[in-house]
Amino acid sequence: MTEQPMVRFDNVSKRYGALTVLDGLNLEIARGEKVSIIGPSGSGKTTVLRMLMTLETINDGVIWVEGQPLTHMERNGKLVPADLAHIRKIRAKIGMVFQSFNLFPHMTAMQNCIEAPITVLGMKRADAEARAAELLDMVGLSEKKDHYPSQLSGGQQQRVAIARACAMRPKIMLFDEVTSALDPELVGEVLEVIRKLGREHDLTMLMVTHQMGFAKEFSDRVCFFHAGKICEQGPPAELFGAPKNERTRQFLHAVLEAG
Amino acid sequence: MIWDWAFAFEILPVLARAAIVSIEATLIGFALAASLGLVLAVVRIAVPWTGWTISVLVELIRSTPLLIQIFFLYFVFPKFGVVLDAFTAGVLAIGIHYAAYCSEVYRAGFDNIHRGQWEASIALNLSSWTTFRDIIIPQAIPPIVPALGNYLVALFKETPLLSAIAVMELMQTAKIIGSDTFRYTEPMTLVGLFFLAMSLVSAVLIRSLERLLNRRTMR
Repeated sequence: MTEQPMVRFDNVSKRYGALTVLDGLNLEIARGEKVSIIGPSGSGKTTVLRMLMTLETINDGVIWVEGQPLTHMERNGKLVPADLAHIRKIRAKIGMVFQSFNLFPHMTAMQNCIEAPITVLGMKRADAEARAAELLDMVGLSEKKDHYPSQLSGGQQQRVAIARACAMRPKIMLFDEVTSALDPELVGEVLEVIRKLGREHDLTMLMVTHQMGFAKEFSDRVCFFHAGKICEQGPPAELFGAPKNERTRQFLHAVLEAG
Repeated sequence: MIWDWAFAFEILPVLARAAIVSIEATLIGFALAASLGLVLAVVRIAVPWTGWTISVLVELIRSTPLLIQIFFLYFVFPKFGVVLDAFTAGVLAIGIHYAAYCSEVYRAGFDNIHRGQWEASIALNLSSWTTFRDIIIPQAIPPIVPALGNYLVALFKETPLLSAIAVMELMQTAKIIGSDTFRYTEPMTLVGLFFLAMSLVSAVLIRSLERLLNRRTMR
């Protein structure tokens, strides 16, 4: 049996009223693959991540994770919309880091990292803390474990958010413009952590980003979105070096021009 | 002389005993209002199809006088086989009435929580129960303590309505003293002073609670 793709979008559409955000998306992501999504704002690229995280419902199609439906479940051989228990079971494989960090402000860095392992995975507090300590060390914030988010810089908050997501041991990690809200001098430290994560962990990563340099260096594949469709995709060297599509060329020209 | 000190001191112990009933009614009533209000606000979000029903219920309770609700529980419920003593019926009515108001306060508190907090909870796969208990409620409560405190004081000042169904709280006791002795000045003045004093004390307590919560959350 050939290996199932980690994630498969099967003809997925998303509409808000008359506005079609994603139009019949087909996308497969292999185990361990690093995929970057680029494109102009309003092209539906963030919606891809939000649907996979089940923050948005879908109007058509099915999303599959490791060969199991996420948005649906099988009943009598047919796919019916998934109930919450099924969604939670499959969703456990996915973690997400947000543009605006979304740390819990009333909890310390450590508490942020142990909340879900204790309440969802049922880990013992001591075990959860040991694991969180390792992760905070990985993101270089061992000394900040008892700090509250308001006492941390944006870059530090985002690194805690990455540690928090990793604490749930996801197989797929979603990064939604994770450096867009950061001051320029703080972008590097967050990207460094993501690089490290990619090297040291067997994670499938899907990221929406405006950091073209990072997308080029880090990803196995880059997808250029335009008007709710994948306009062009390929290895970064090809897509950045010799874009075939006119829209891709225009977009890259505009973005690289702006620096 | 209009004011008789000897009479005032004579009735003070009786009024003090009645004051305890007033305070009991307030505390039990508010505990009910605060917890039932929270349940209503949480259920409205957690179980979306209840939204319409709860809205209608809340509107119904807020749009009819508390006195009518008290009478309803005390005089009409027995017709359906639910017989409550005066204190229970009165406190229940007050608690439910203010629960309707409190649920709106909680709702405003929940609405103020940034959408990202809900989304992070989903991304971490927290159950909705855990999300409310550990993430949403701890952040929503501190800013609404002043509003809840206002309802505590308002509820307290409405406990004299219980005299309408002969609960021996302060007002009822003062009325009885008045009709027995034909002296209303002292009992009514003392009752008024008591409410004034208790309201001021609760205001101070609420403010210090507010400061304490702010210190804990605004780090």
